[in-house]
Amino acid sequence: MIPGAFEYHAPTTLAEAVSLLKEYGDEGKVLAGGHSLLPMMKLRFAEPSHLIDLNGIDELRGIREENGVIHIGAMTTENELIASQLLWDKCPLIPEAAKLIADPQVRNKGTIGGDIAHGDPGNDHPAIMMATDASFVLHGPDGERVVPANGFFLGTYFTLLEPEEILKEIQVPVFPRNTGYAYSKLKRKTGDFATAAAAVVLQLDGDICTKINITLTNVGPTALKAEEAEQLLTGKVITEDLINQAAEKAMAICDPAEDLRGDVEYKTHMAGEMTRRAIRQSLDRARGN
Amino acid sequence: MSSTADTVEREKNLQGIGCSRKRKEDPRFIQGKGNYVDDIKMPGMLFADMVRSPHAHARIKSINKEKALALPGVHAVITAEDLKPLNLHWMPTLAGDVQAVLADEKVVFQQQEVALVVADDRYIAADATELVEVEYEELPPIVDPHKAMDPDAPIIREDLVGKMEGAHSKRLHDNHIFTWEVGQKDETDRVFETAEVTVKQEMTYQRVHPSPLETCGCVASFDKIKGTLTVYITSQAPHVVRTVVSQLSGIPESKVRIISPDIGGGFGNKVGVYPGYVATIVASIVLGRPVKWVEDRIEHLSTTAFARDYHMTGELAADKDGRIKALRVNVLADHGAFDACADPSKFPAGLFHICTGSYDIPTAYARVDGVYTNKAPGGVAYRCSFRVTEAVYLIERMVDVLAQKLNIDKAEIRFRNFIKPEQFPYTSAFGWEYDSGNYHAALKKVLEAVDYEGLRKEQAEKRARGELMGIGIVTFTEIVGAGPSKTCDILGIGMFDSCEIRVHPTGSALARMGTITQGQGHQTTYAQIIASELGIPSEDIQIEEGDTDTAPYGLGTYGSRTTPVGGAATAKAARKIRAKARKIAAHLLEVSEDDLEWDVDRFRVKGSPDQAKTMKEIAWAAYNNVPEGMEPGLEAVEYYDPPNFTYPFGAYVCVVDIDKYTGVTKIRRFYALDDCGTRINPMIIDGQIHGGLTEGFAVAMGQELIYDEGGNILGNSFMDYFLPTAVETPHWETDYTVTPSPHHPLGAKGVAESPHVGSIPTFTAAVVDAFAHLGVTHMNMPHNAFNVWKKIHELGLDKRS
Ligand SMILES: Cc1cc2nc3c(=O)[nH]c(=O)nc-3n(C[C@H](O)[C@H](O)[C@H](O)COP(=O)(O)OP(=O)(O)OC[C@H]3O[C@@H](n4cnc5c(N)ncnc54)[C@H](O)[C@@H]3O)c2cc1C
Repeated sequence: MIPGAFEYHAPTTLAEAVSLLKEYGDEGKVLAGGHSLLPMMKLRFAEPSHLIDLNGIDELRGIREENGVIHIGAMTTENELIASQLLWDKCPLIPEAAKLIADPQVRNKGTIGGDIAHGDPGNDHPAIMMATDASFVLHGPDGERVVPANGFFLGTYFTLLEPEEILKEIQVPVFPRNTGYAYSKLKRKTGDFATAAAAVVLQLDGDICTKINITLTNVGPTALKAEEAEQLLTGKVITEDLINQAAEKAMAICDPAEDLRGDVEYKTHMAGEMTRRAIRQSLDRARGN
Repeated sequence: MSSTADTVEREKNLQGIGCSRKRKEDPRFIQGKGNYVDDIKMPGMLFADMVRSPHAHARIKSINKEKALALPGVHAVITAEDLKPLNLHWMPTLAGDVQAVLADEKVVFQQQEVALVVADDRYIAADATELVEVEYEELPPIVDPHKAMDPDAPIIREDLVGKMEGAHSKRLHDNHIFTWEVGQKDETDRVFETAEVTVKQEMTYQRVHPSPLETCGCVASFDKIKGTLTVYITSQAPHVVRTVVSQLSGIPESKVRIISPDIGGGFGNKVGVYPGYVATIVASIVLGRPVKWVEDRIEHLSTTAFARDYHMTGELAADKDGRIKALRVNVLADHGAFDACADPSKFPAGLFHICTGSYDIPTAYARVDGVYTNKAPGGVAYRCSFRVTEAVYLIERMVDVLAQKLNIDKAEIRFRNFIKPEQFPYTSAFGWEYDSGNYHAALKKVLEAVDYEGLRKEQAEKRARGELMGIGIVTFTEIVGAGPSKTCDILGIGMFDSCEIRVHPTGSALARMGTITQGQGHQTTYAQIIASELGIPSEDIQIEEGDTDTAPYGLGTYGSRTTPVGGAATAKAARKIRAKARKIAAHLLEVSEDDLEWDVDRFRVKGSPDQAKTMKEIAWAAYNNVPEGMEPGLEAVEYYDPPNFTYPFGAYVCVVDIDKYTGVTKIRRFYALDDCGTRINPMIIDGQIHGGLTEGFAVAMGQELIYDEGGNILGNSFMDYFLPTAVETPHWETDYTVTPSPHHPLGAKGVAESPHVGSIPTFTAAVVDAFAHLGVTHMNMPHNAFNVWKKIHELGLDKRS
C-alpha cells in the first residue's frame, strides 16, 4: 500500500497546470481529492511519475448561477456541493446524490470534477450529470471546449478528456418548475459504491410527463441512459404499470460486471428496482407530495 | 459502631466490583496517546516488507534478489534458503503442524510469504519488493474442501508425504489433517434408527476474518553485545511468544523480552506466531539492528488467521413432542494450507463438543475431519472460545429445524429441552460439566420483554399480506476460561494464568497479570477486583500487562479466559495479601486473628468496631512493624489453574423485516440477555456486549473471505470485507440475569464473547424464520442483500402481477 516514487507539483493557475501536463505527457497526472487516484497509486495500478495538484487553483472552485445555468468549479468537493443552498434551491438532485457518495472522509476531499473525470462506472456523478443535462468545460493547451455529459463517458476509465485537458467546470441548467427528481442508490454499506442506482429527472404538465431522463450507475462500462424507458414514459400519464414496463426497458440495457456486490442477474434486477423507486419518488415530488 | 452510611460511602470510594467505573484506558486512547507497535521507534531502526505469492499453488523455480539488493538503501533480502542453515525456514504451529516461515520450494496459498526485504525506510522496502524476481511454475489449486480428499487431488503439502500419522490421528489422504471423534457413535446411531422423528441439515459456516483495526506487526531488536532480544509485538499471548521465540532461536528465555504494547483489537487473530514476526526477528539478529515490520490491510486480511470455515451436517433425533433424544454431527473443517489453528493442544476442533448447547440431550456423537486447501492458514477463535461459535450455531440451527418439522413454536421447543435449573452441575453427553445456569428464567424474561406473542401475531398478519418478517430466538451456552491444565495446554504449557500484587508502604498497589488487554478494559476491571478484595481504592491500583520481563507468566487473553482465569488469580492473590494483612492487624491491635472481621477497607475487632486498622495503616506496618517471624512486605503471586471452565449463557431475540425487491434485511429489534454470573463492571459489560453484537452482526450479515476457483482471494479490503459503522449497526437492547459460577472465587464468568457467539445464529434464525412458512429450514451466511434476494427470487416472491 505504498505508491511508487513521484514528483509533486503545485501550480496555482490553470495555465500553469496545463503546461505542466503538456510537459510531462503520459508521465503526469492531475490530483484532485485523491480518493480515486491515490488508492490506485497505493496498489501500484497507477504509477505516474509527476503529480500535478489542482488544489491550489482558485479558478477551479466555486458555485454560481448565471442566466439560468449553474456553474460548478471542478474542484468543488462533495461537502461543498452538500452545503450549497443554491444547489438545493435550483438543482437539488446534485447535493442529494452527493450525500450518498462514499463516507464523510471521502466527501470532505473528493471533488465533483475528479468523480467525473475518473470515468469509473461506479461513480455517482456521471449518471447525475447525464440526468441533469449538464455540460463540461474542458480546458486544454489550445483553449476550451464545452461538451455535453451525454456522450462524454466512453468506457471504463475512458472519457472524451484528452491527456492534456483539464475539466474546468460543470454547467447545469436550473430545474424548471414542476420538476421531479430522485436518485435511488442501493449500496451494501457506508463507503460503498452502488450495487445499482438510478437517477430520474422529469417534468410534469398536469399529469402528463413532458420530459424524463433516466440514467443508471454501475450496471455497465459507463453510466447508462435508458432511452427506451424515457421514450415509453414521455408524453404519458405515468401509471404503476408503465413504471414496471420502463423498469424492464432499463434492465434490458444493463451490462453489469459481476463482483462481490452481486451477479449479473441481481444487479440487473436492482437497476430495475432502483428505476421504479426513482420514478415513483420523482412523480411524488413533481406533484408536490 | 460504624454506621451503614459510612460503610456505603467507603465502599463507594473503593470503586470495586459492581461499580460502573469509567475506563482508565480511554483518556489515553481518545487523545491519540496510545502506544501501538507501529508507534515504536528505535534508533537505527530498519523497515521490512514482504514479497508475497501471486499464486495459490505453485513451485518456486528461482528467486533472484540481485536487482533488489542493488537498490540503494536495501540491507537484505531474506528467503527460505537463508533461513535453512538456521533451521528457521519452517516453524511449529500451535496445532502440531509446521508452517513455512518463508515459502520453501512451493507456495501453497495466494499472498504467502516468499521473501523479506529490509531497507532504510518503508518506501525503499516497498520498491524493493517489486524488484525481487520470483519464477513460478503454477500448480492446480484446491479451493473447495469437499474436493481435498478426492483420489486425484493435487497434494498440497509435499513435506508431509508418507507421514500418515498426524498430530491428532491417522491421516486418510495426503490432504487430510485429522479425524477427531467424540461421544458414543453406536449408541447415537441406535437412537436415530428408532427415533420417532429425525431431522438433518447441512450448513456452511463461511470463512471470516477477525479483522482487528490494528493489523499485525512487530519491532525486533537484537543487541549483539548483550545477546538480548527485545520484540514489541501485536500479541494476545506474549509469554507464549517468548517461549516459542526462545525455542526457535536458541536464545535463552531469560534473554528474550516480549512486549505487547497497546493492542488495537485481537479477537483471536493475534494469538499465533506469524511468519512475518519470525522473519523480522531473524533480520534483526542477522543485521544487529532494530527492524520494524507492519502489514497493510490487504496482507492482514489475506494471510493472518481466519476463523470458521466449518462445513457442518447436523442431525437430531426426537420424539414427536420435540424432546431431543440424540445429536449427530459431521464436520469438514477447511484449515487452509498449514494447520495453524490456535486451540488447546489436545483439541483439534477446539471445544466444539459443547454443541449439545443448553439442552438436555442424552446421547451424542460428533466427528470433525480437518483438510488442507490452498488457502491461508488459521482457524482461530474469533471473539469466542475455541470453535464454540460453530458449535452454538449448529445446535441452535438444528433446534429450529426440528421445531419447524414438528410445527412446534421455536421458544416452546427450547423450554421443552432446556437443562433444568436443578440439574446443575450438569454433565453433558460429551462429558462437560456445566457449572451453573437458569435457562428457563432467561428465555422467559426475554419473551416478555419483546412481547413475543404480539410479534408472532404481527408476523402472521404480514405473511398473509406477502410481507417478509422473521423472528429469531437463540438460547446459547458458552464454555469459556480455558482452562483446567489437566485438559488444556498450549505447546505443553498448562493454561493457568497469573497475578502478582505489590502493596506499597503508603497503601497504593501495583498489580501485573499474565493476560493482556486489547480493548477489554483490564486496567479498569482488574483494579476493581483488587479494590473490593483489599479495600484499596481502584484509583490507587496500577495495572500492568504485556511485558514478559515484569509480568508473571500467563497464557494470555482470548477465549474469554481473562475473568475466569486471570480474574480468579487476581482475587486469590489479593486474598493471600489480605490473610497476611489480617495477621499484621491482629499484631497491631494486640488481639487474636479470630477476633477480627473485615469491614470494606479495614480489619476491626469484633464487638468493638472503633478498634480497627485500615489497609493503609496495615500496609505501612508491613514495612516496619510485622509480627515476629513474619517477612516484611505486602506482596503475593498467584498462579491459578481453574478447576473447570465457566459456562456463561444468554437468550437473544432478533426481529427482521426483509425488503423482497432488494433482499435488504432490516434488523428491527435485537434483544440480548446475558448471564455472566457476578458482574464486575456493568458499563464495561454493556460495552463489550455492544461490540460483540456488532461483530456478530458483521459476520452474519456480511463478512466472508471468498476465493475464486483459481484460489485468488477476493474481497480482502474494507471495500468488500464488511466492518459495520455506526450507520449500519442496529440498536441493541441489553438485559441480564445473574447466576454465579460456583467454582470461581468471585462467581464471575466470561462475557465479551457471548454476544458474538449468541448473536450470529440469532440473525440467521430471524432471516430463515421470515421464509419458514415457505418450507425454508436454513440459509447460509452471510445474509447480505444479494444472498437473501437469491432465495426470494428462487421462491418467486419478487414477482409483480
Ligand atoms: C471508500 C471510497 C468509497 C467511494 N465511494 C464512492 C461512491 O459511492 N460514489 C462515487 O461517486 N465515488 C465514490 N468514491 C470515489 C470518490 O468520490 C472520489 O473522490 C472520486 O471518484 C474522484 O474524485 P477526486 O477529487 O478524489 O479525484 P482524484 O482521485 O484526485 O482523481 C481521479 C482521477 O481524475 C483525474 N482528475 C481529477 N480532477 C480532474 C480534472 N479537474 N480534470 C481532469 N482530470 C481530473 C485524476 O487525474 C485522476 O485520474 C469512493 C472513494 C473511496 C475511497
